[in-house]
Amino acid sequence: MNPSFSSPTTNLLDEALGIGCTGSVPWRIALVQDCVEASGAFLLHHLLKRSLSAEAAGAVVFLGLAQPFSHYDRVLRKMGCNLSLQRNKNKLHFIDLLDLEFLVAGGTDQNAIEDGFMNLYNRILRFIEANNLMHNNGGWIRIIIDDISLLEIAAQGSSSHTFDFLQYCATLTSELDCSLLILNHGDIYSSEEDQCLLSHLDYLSDVVIKAETLSTGIAVDVHGQLTIINKRALGELGWSSSKVYNFQFKLKENAVEFFYPGTKF
Amino acid sequence: MAESISRSLRDGCMEGEHAPALTIEDSLASSLGSSVFDHFLANLVSQIAAGKSQARGLVLVAFNRSPAFYLELLRRKGVDAQHVDKRVRILDCYSDPLGWKKRVPPLKTAQNLPVKANVACFSDARDTNKLMASILDLGKEFVGQDKSRFAVAIDLVSSLLRYTSLPIVAGLVNKLRSNDQTSCIVWLIHSDLHEQRVSAALAYVSTMVASIQPIAQCTDEQTSQQNSVWLGKNSDKAKLHVRLKRRNGRVKLLAEELHLDQVGVKFTAVGDQNSNAAKSLLPKVQFNLQLSEQERVERAKVVLPYEHQGNGEEIQIYDGRRSLSDSISISQPSVASPVISDTQVAPGIGEIHYVRDSDDEQPDSDEDPDDDLDI
Repeated sequence: MNPSFSSPTTNLLDEALGIGCTGSVPWRIALVQDCVEASGAFLLHHLLKRSLSAEAAGAVVFLGLAQPFSHYDRVLRKMGCNLSLQRNKNKLHFIDLLDLEFLVAGGTDQNAIEDGFMNLYNRILRFIEANNLMHNNGGWIRIIIDDISLLEIAAQGSSSHTFDFLQYCATLTSELDCSLLILNHGDIYSSEEDQCLLSHLDYLSDVVIKAETLSTGIAVDVHGQLTIINKRALGELGWSSSKVYNFQFKLKENAVEFFYPGTKF
Repeated sequence: MAESISRSLRDGCMEGEHAPALTIEDSLASSLGSSVFDHFLANLVSQIAAGKSQARGLVLVAFNRSPAFYLELLRRKGVDAQHVDKRVRILDCYSDPLGWKKRVPPLKTAQNLPVKANVACFSDARDTNKLMASILDLGKEFVGQDKSRFAVAIDLVSSLLRYTSLPIVAGLVNKLRSNDQTSCIVWLIHSDLHEQRVSAALAYVSTMVASIQPIAQCTDEQTSQQNSVWLGKNSDKAKLHVRLKRRNGRVKLLAEELHLDQVGVKFTAVGDQNSNAAKSLLPKVQFNLQLSEQERVERAKVVLPYEHQGNGEEIQIYDGRRSLSDSISISQPSVASPVISDTQVAPGIGEIHYVRDSDDEQPDSDEDPDDDLDI
């Protein structure tokens, strides 16, 4: 039995993020912030799998800067999701950006970088258009970016242009039925000026997921902890109450376990 | 205090004076700035719609949230849609601030939503001269022959500062304030996105600065679980510190607490919530957990053992086995004997009456439990 066709069981992460059975989410922009000791890549894999499950009524645009498609395909296969099949079905649009020169193809001046980002934005728009035509404007779109720090490198270190691009992606979330999931590394920014992009992302996001190690050090059964700040726990406009969740995780070969501290036996 | 800010915005400016300007600043530690901005914005629009304010209309420069969000916000706050159409103009700097959408083919599948008449798209956020001209053009719709004024609200100055420098932004704000047709200005800034000097520069051009601070302070030593608790506490409550600059130069500092609920932001005086919370913490039991005034006075008078009284007299070592009156009257230390309640206490001196459980037992005469003490 293909696990990808079985009903997805909810876990603490899905509950904290409010992921529905069709894969839809109540938030527009989510930021995953990890560190060297606790990589947040597993969160992208998990959310990618949930977005492409059989019950999911949407499609995914994946901007891959960190790993090639084959890497994600291999990881998701172990989790019971066939990315190649999903790509052929046009439920997944993978934009390979491993070559970080894609933004400076037309030159390294600021205008060229801005044009490069505009072209990337245009590619995302065209996929959304193709998806809407195919599904008669139905279904949501999830844009996943892995990861922002590499996008900044591609932009020759220009956090301003990077944030301009993210701002335009954010407008898609309010104009269309889109959500945006971003991975960023919290421990690579040293100066206050560099921290600015982190803070901008924090303000922009409705949900912030922080992956950290345990304060007590390395453990065999617990690989780290997640702190999830859901700024719009209830409703979209108006009444929005922040909720904070904190639980731990253990990475297995083909799945992730989430549990509250002290409940792992 | 929030009321006084709303009144100040409603009353606008006097002839020959610059328009009052309110800076709302927050940070990630307490990010309720947007909600506070929404509160004052909705309040101002209500006053404008009711004809109670000096301003005849409002121009909202939207960088941070879509025009649809603000139209929905005003509808939920009870402002009539007709009044919104008539009295509010939104300069949309959110949807396409850099003009990208003009340069890429539009979505063919985009639902053709009706373009709101009171929303104007602005696609050149880097050009503040054009921005200024657009604001004044929209404001002119409210200014008739009677030299009426309009209010201006900028939902996020931090976004504007990304596109242009501080001197240019400060210049824009100053020009708006000194414009004859401006009644008042409100803007929001996230202080931790900029250097200190940015907040200071904008504070100088403001007549009111409302700074949102967290209710609970965070320490570096907090564990992640404590951090979660801290984040939870600060998510819907904060302190509002307001600095009001009077015309005569006097600066007034005020503080209130605010909390966010289903209706919106509510402001309360500092301390009200704390005292009520403290009262509610005491458990309801049949015995008294608090001291009466008499008991407090008596407790304050008790001479503690081994304590220097600071009055220049020889240190009296108080043997807890005897009453204080006995130790004062006896000049030489004597063998300890069981403490008996003594009613003949020197006036003005407090005493703790202590009856030991082992009082009925006669101690061994050869044994002095205090023998091992080396005082």
